[in-house]
Parts: sequence; structure tokens; C-alpha cells
Amino acid sequence: MELVSKSFVSYKIRKHEIPLNELPVGKKARIKMLSKNILPRRRLLDLGLIPNTIVKTERISPSGNPIAYNIRGAIIALRKEEIENVIVEILD
Amino acid sequence: MGLTSKSTGLSLLKNKYDTVKEEKDMIVIALAGNPNTGKSTLFNTLTGLNQHTGNWPGKTVSNAKGTFKYKDKEFLLVDLPGTYSLLANSVEEEIARDFICFGNPDITIVITDATCLERNLNLVLQVMEITDRVIVCLNLMDEAKRKGISIDIEKLENRLGVPVIPTVARDNKGIDKLLETIYQMINGNIKANPYRLKYSDEIESIVEEIEPILAETLGAKYNTRWLALRLIDGDKAISNSIDNILKKYSD
Repeated sequence: MELVSKSFVSYKIRKHEIPLNELPVGKKARIKMLSKNILPRRRLLDLGLIPNTIVKTERISPSGNPIAYNIRGAIIALRKEEIENVIVEILD
Repeated sequence: MGLTSKSTGLSLLKNKYDTVKEEKDMIVIALAGNPNTGKSTLFNTLTGLNQHTGNWPGKTVSNAKGTFKYKDKEFLLVDLPGTYSLLANSVEEEIARDFICFGNPDITIVITDATCLERNLNLVLQVMEITDRVIVCLNLMDEAKRKGISIDIEKLENRLGVPVIPTVARDNKGIDKLLETIYQMINGNIKANPYRLKYSDEIESIVEEIEPILAETLGAKYNTRWLALRLIDGDKAISNSIDNILKKYSD
């Protein structure tokens, strides 16, 4: 377990970097990192949210949760709790 | 087809570890793939059965089985639940993983969605880590064509090291070639040489330590390298599965 978690210990959020759930509709972003305290981390990785992946916010539901993203060619809706620890860098 | 006593309740659980070959000379083929890639459609096409196919997540919760004949051989086809991964997050993934890893299918067909292939290759790589005899089936080629996606099948085949067959399961396209590939693979005419991930030296050296111990306790029947990697992962579900196998042997 330790072998895996070492690399995520410290990460400073830079400018232009926000949690994925704050990405506005129609904007694209690049995944910087998935914080280690995300519970279904493995699940998000399996869905294709790997560092350097480009994601785009497609739609936000009326209550603002869940939010639909275009991830590697598929539209996937994710809950806020699942992605607020995914840090992305806004592109363009 | 509605819910029957066979599709609910206890009988589902009984099915879970029931991987015994019905007849000795039957060849077992497992159908794996992401949800909604057409596993059940392909299953029905091959077996001529009429299993319910529906478009919602987790439709197939247990293994459906059917038989079919091709040339002189009889095949037992097992339709596994749709999963994105074998690194078990859910019951369905566990069922699929246990079958591929411990059920000893002769061939595993991974059905992928040609319209978003990239996402599907995650599962392909994971299956290739467990077993050598893998056939990748590129389904929904008609959809991909409509979306203007073209796939260099030869290149994909070379990079993955396993046969890649384009199909349209609901229109019966590509099924003949798939059957022929299965047949040739069983006869040993097609040798797959799957691409294998190499991990960092630190992890590889631990694998070398654990693997012989696993091989000694479990026998050569299982992919001990993969099991060793999962143990390093700290995967609780997999150690439970190993426990179950050991219990089966001691009984």
C-alpha cells in the first residue's frame, strides 16, 4: 500500500487549477491529480480519469449535482463528492 | 423474459463459483467487456438463445451460460457481467474477475465498444495480465463508422499481441471470422503474445519474492504473477478469493 500512496502525499494547488466540480460548462481541462483521500479512487481511474486526461463539462443538472463530463469519448455523470478532490488545470 | 426463481435469490449465489465444465471435452469461453458493449447480444447470436438484453447498468448480474457447436468442437459460452475493471469495486466485477482468474476459461473474449475504444482498452490490458488466450472483439463497428471513427485494426493487433476482430453483433457481421479465430486458437494455430505491463523494479522484486510461495500453495493452475501483484495492492477481495480456493482444495 505504501508504495502506491507515497507519490500523492504533497501537492500544492497552483493558479488555473481547480477541483473538477468547479469546471464551467463547455470548458476543457486537464487532470492534474486525484487526491489520495478519494474513496473510490480506483473507480475513477477505471472510468478514464487518469492524470493528463482531457475532460470537458457537458451539462450540469438543475440542482448542480451530478455533473456530466465528456471523458475519453463517453459522457459520464459524476457526483460532486466523487470529484471535488480531482484537481484539474483549465485549458484555453 | 421476467424474473424467475432462477434469476433471483439464492440460485444467483450458487451460480457464482459454479465454474465446473459440464462435459470434459467442452471448450469454455468467457465473454467479458464494459457495460453496454453488446456482450449479451453476441451471446445470443452465438448460442441462438434468447437471453434478455437491455440497456441499463448492471443488467447481467450473474453468469449466463449457453452452448454452441462449430465444426467438430462444442463450446460453452459464459456471459459475464459488464465491468470497467477487474480490480473489484463491485459484486459484478468480482464475479467477472473470479471467473476469468479462477474459472480457467479456455479463451476469454473481451468485447469492446469501437466508438470509445480508448476507455475499453483498460479492461483489455487487465484481462491480458491474467490470461494469454485473449481475443479482442471490436463491436459496434457500424456506430463507429457513423461517427466517422476509423480504426487501424492491424496496428492494434500488433500492439496488443492478440487477435482483434471487428464485428457488428446485432447484424451478424464478423461473427464467422470470430468463430474461425476461436477455432484456430483452440487448435493452436494462432498463438497470442499479449503485451505485458512491466512495473517498477521495486514492485517486480517483491513479485519475485511472493510468486514462488503462491505457486507452491496454489499449484501452477493459476496466474501467480497476477495474484502476487494484487496482494501487493493490498486487495482484500482477492485474498478472500484465494482463501475460497484453498478451502475448496482441502475439502
